[in-house]
Amino acid sequence: MGIPVSYYLVLSAIMFVIGILGVLLRRNALVTFMSLEMMFNAANLIFVTFAAYYRVLTGQIFVFFVMTVAAAEVAVGLALMVAIFRTKHSIDLDQMSSLKG
Amino acid sequence: MIFLEKNIADPLLNLAPLVILFPLLGLAINLLLGRRLGEKGAGVVASLASGSSFVISLLLTLSLQAHPQAFTLPLFQWISIGSLSVSWDMRVDTLSTTMMLVVSGVGTLIHVYAIGYMYNDVHHQGDVGRYRRFFVFFNLFIAAMMLLVSANNYLVLFVGWEGVGLCSYLLIGFWFEKGKDGIGNARAAQKAFVVNRIGDFGLLIALFMMFWWFGSLEFERVFNAARSLAPAQQGVLLAMTLFMLMGVAGKSAQLPLYVWLPDAMAGPTPVSALIHAATMVTAGVYLIARSQPLFALAPAAQGVICWVGALTALLAATIAVGQMDIKKVLAYSTISQLGFMVAAVGMGAITAGMFHLITHAFFKALLFLAAGSVIMGMEGANTVAHHHAGNPEEEIDPQDMRNMGGLQKRMPLTYGVYLVGALALAGIAPLAGFFSKDEILVSLWDYSLPIFLLLLLTSFLTAFYMGRQVLMVFAGKARSQAAQQASESPKVITIPLLILAVLSLLGGLINLPGVATLEKWLEHTVAMPEAGHFSPAIALSSTLLALLGLALAWVLYGYRSLAKLQQSDPLANYLGVIFHAVQNQWWIDSLYQRVFVIPYRYISHEVLAQWFDQETIDTMAHDLGRWNQWFARVLSYLQNGFVRTYGLVVLLGVVVMLAFLATR
Repeated sequence: MGIPVSYYLVLSAIMFVIGILGVLLRRNALVTFMSLEMMFNAANLIFVTFAAYYRVLTGQIFVFFVMTVAAAEVAVGLALMVAIFRTKHSIDLDQMSSLKG
Repeated sequence: MIFLEKNIADPLLNLAPLVILFPLLGLAINLLLGRRLGEKGAGVVASLASGSSFVISLLLTLSLQAHPQAFTLPLFQWISIGSLSVSWDMRVDTLSTTMMLVVSGVGTLIHVYAIGYMYNDVHHQGDVGRYRRFFVFFNLFIAAMMLLVSANNYLVLFVGWEGVGLCSYLLIGFWFEKGKDGIGNARAAQKAFVVNRIGDFGLLIALFMMFWWFGSLEFERVFNAARSLAPAQQGVLLAMTLFMLMGVAGKSAQLPLYVWLPDAMAGPTPVSALIHAATMVTAGVYLIARSQPLFALAPAAQGVICWVGALTALLAATIAVGQMDIKKVLAYSTISQLGFMVAAVGMGAITAGMFHLITHAFFKALLFLAAGSVIMGMEGANTVAHHHAGNPEEEIDPQDMRNMGGLQKRMPLTYGVYLVGALALAGIAPLAGFFSKDEILVSLWDYSLPIFLLLLLTSFLTAFYMGRQVLMVFAGKARSQAAQQASESPKVITIPLLILAVLSLLGGLINLPGVATLEKWLEHTVAMPEAGHFSPAIALSSTLLALLGLALAWVLYGYRSLAKLQQSDPLANYLGVIFHAVQNQWWIDSLYQRVFVIPYRYISHEVLAQWFDQETIDTMAHDLGRWNQWFARVLSYLQNGFVRTYGLVVLLGVVVMLAFLATR
C-alpha cells in the first residue's frame, strides 16, 4: 500500500467532474454516454479503494454488479439511440426537445 | 307481521292497512299489466281497487260501532334519530273512518264515472294511451288520501298531504300540452304546486315547532304536551296553529292562497270532482278537525281561522257570480263552501264542519260530474257538427255557459241531477246542504255575529249563482249549434250521477237536528264544545235568503229570453263596474302577478341568475381559471426540453442537499 488513499479519491473526483461536465456540456449523445460511464467508473474506483483499504470484499463484489448493470444500461441506451437516429437522422440531444412545455 | 298484533279489540280492525294497499294494488296492476287489460279493463281494475277500499272502510266503521274508542295499529318504526321517534302507525277512529268512507265512497263513484268520461276525453283530445295513466294517478290519489286520513302522527299525515298534492299536480296537468299557448295546463299545474308549497312550508314549520316544544309528532302526545304547556307558552301555541293555518289555506284554497283552485279546473272533470271539490281540498278541514285540541288551546288562532274562512267564503261567492265557464263557477263555489267548513271547524264546531264536508262532497261531486256530462254532450255535438262537411261555424268553447242554454230537453237526466245538486248547494230544505249549512250558521250565531252575517250573505249569493248557472245552462233556447245537438250521456256516467243525487237528497239524514248521529259518532274522537241547537228562526231566514237568491236569478236569467247572452250578462247592466270586477276575480290574480310573481321572476332571473350567478360567481370561477393558466404558462418555461438543463438542475439539487447535510 504505497500510494495513499487520498490520491485515489482525488483521481476519482477528477473523473467524476469530467463526467459531469461531459454530460452537461456535450450535445452528442454518444459522448454523453461515455461521460456517464466515466462517472460510473469514478464511483467504482472509490468502492475498490476502500474495499482494499479496509480489507473487505463487499466493495469489490459491488463493483461487479455496477459494471453488469452499466453494461445492460449501455445496451438499452445504444438501442434507443439507434432508434432515434433512424427517425431523426441525428443524435443531437438538443434536438430531442419535443416534450418541452 | 301486521296481523300478529293481539291487543286489538276486534280482528276486523287489522284490515285497516288494506284501505291503502288496495288502491296501491290497483295502481300496480294498471301500471304493469294495463296495456294488456285494455281500456275498459284498466278502468274496472281501478274502480274495483277503490271500491274494495270502500268496503274495508265500511267494515272498519262497523267494527268501530261496537267499541268506538280510537285504536292505533303499529306497522313499523320509521324514523329514530336522537330523541325523535316516528313510527308508521295507522289510526282508526270515528273521525278517520268518516273521512275514509267519504274518500273511498265518492271516489269509487267518480272512478266509475271516469270510465265513461275519460273514454270520450282521450278520444276527443287525441291521445288514447293516457287512459291508463289517468287511472294510475287516480288510484295513487286514493292511496295518498287514505294515508293522510289514517295517519297517527303529523309526519305520516304530511306524507299523505304531499302525496295528494303530487297527484293534484299530475292530474291538473294531465293534458299538459294543451291549454293557452300550448302550455296553459302545465302552468296551471305548476301554479297549484307552487302555491301549495307555500302553504306546506307553513305546515312544516308547525311540525318543526311541535318537535321542538313537545318532542313528538304523535297526535295524542302532542295534544297532551300542549295542554300542559298552554298556560305558560300561549305564544308558541298561537304561532304553531297559525303556521298550520297556512298549510290549511294552501291545501283547502283559503285566503290568501286560494288562487290555484280556479286554475286547477284545467284538469279533466273527474279530477275536479274528486280532488278539487270532494276530497283533497277538504284535507285542510280535516287537519283542523284532527288538531282540534291544539286549536282549542289557542282561541286567538280560532278567531283568525274563522275570519279567514268567512272572508274566503264571501269573496269566492262574489267571484262565482261573474264567471262564464261552467267549471269555474263550481270552482269558486267550492272555495266558498270550503270557507264555510274552515270557519266552522275553526271555531270548534267540528261536527258542523265535518257534516258540511260530507254533504258538500256529495253534491259538489255531483255538480262537477254533471257539468262534465254537459261538457261531454257539448263536445260530442261540436265534433259531430264539425264532421259534417261544410260547417263554417268555428269550434266553440264547450265549457262556456254563454254557448249553452236549452239543454234541459236535450239532457233531461243530467238536468235533473244538476238541479238536485244545485238546490242542495243553495241550501233548500230538505236537501243535504240545508242541514249542514244550517248547522254551521247556528254554531256561528253563538260565536260571532259579524261572521254569521258574512256567511248568511254568502248563502244568498250561493243560491243566486247556482240559480244563474242552472238557468244559463239548461233553460231557455240553445245559443249554439252544439247545445242544440247535445245528447244525453251513457249509463256508466248517469248511474254514478243518480247515486250521488240520491246521496245529495238524503245526506242530511246523517245528522238530523235532534238526532245528531254524526255528532255522537264523532264525539268519541273529538272533544266537542256545546253544539248549537237547531233554531227555526235561522233555518227559516237562511232558506228564505236562498229562495230569494234563486228568485233573483230567475228574474235576471230565466224570465227573459237569454238569446243575447253571448254579448253581455244581464247583471252587467245593473252592476256595471262591480260586475266587471267580479268577472275579473277582483283582479286578485293580476295583483298577485304584479306584487309577487313578476318581482320574484325579476329577482330570480335578473338579480340571481344574471347578476349573481352569471356575473359574480362565474367571473370568480373564470378568473381563478385564468390565473391558473397564467401560472402554468410561467412554470412551463422550466420544461425547455433540453436534457442537459434537467441534468444541471439535478446536479445543483444534489450539491445543495449535500452542502446542507455537510454543514448541518
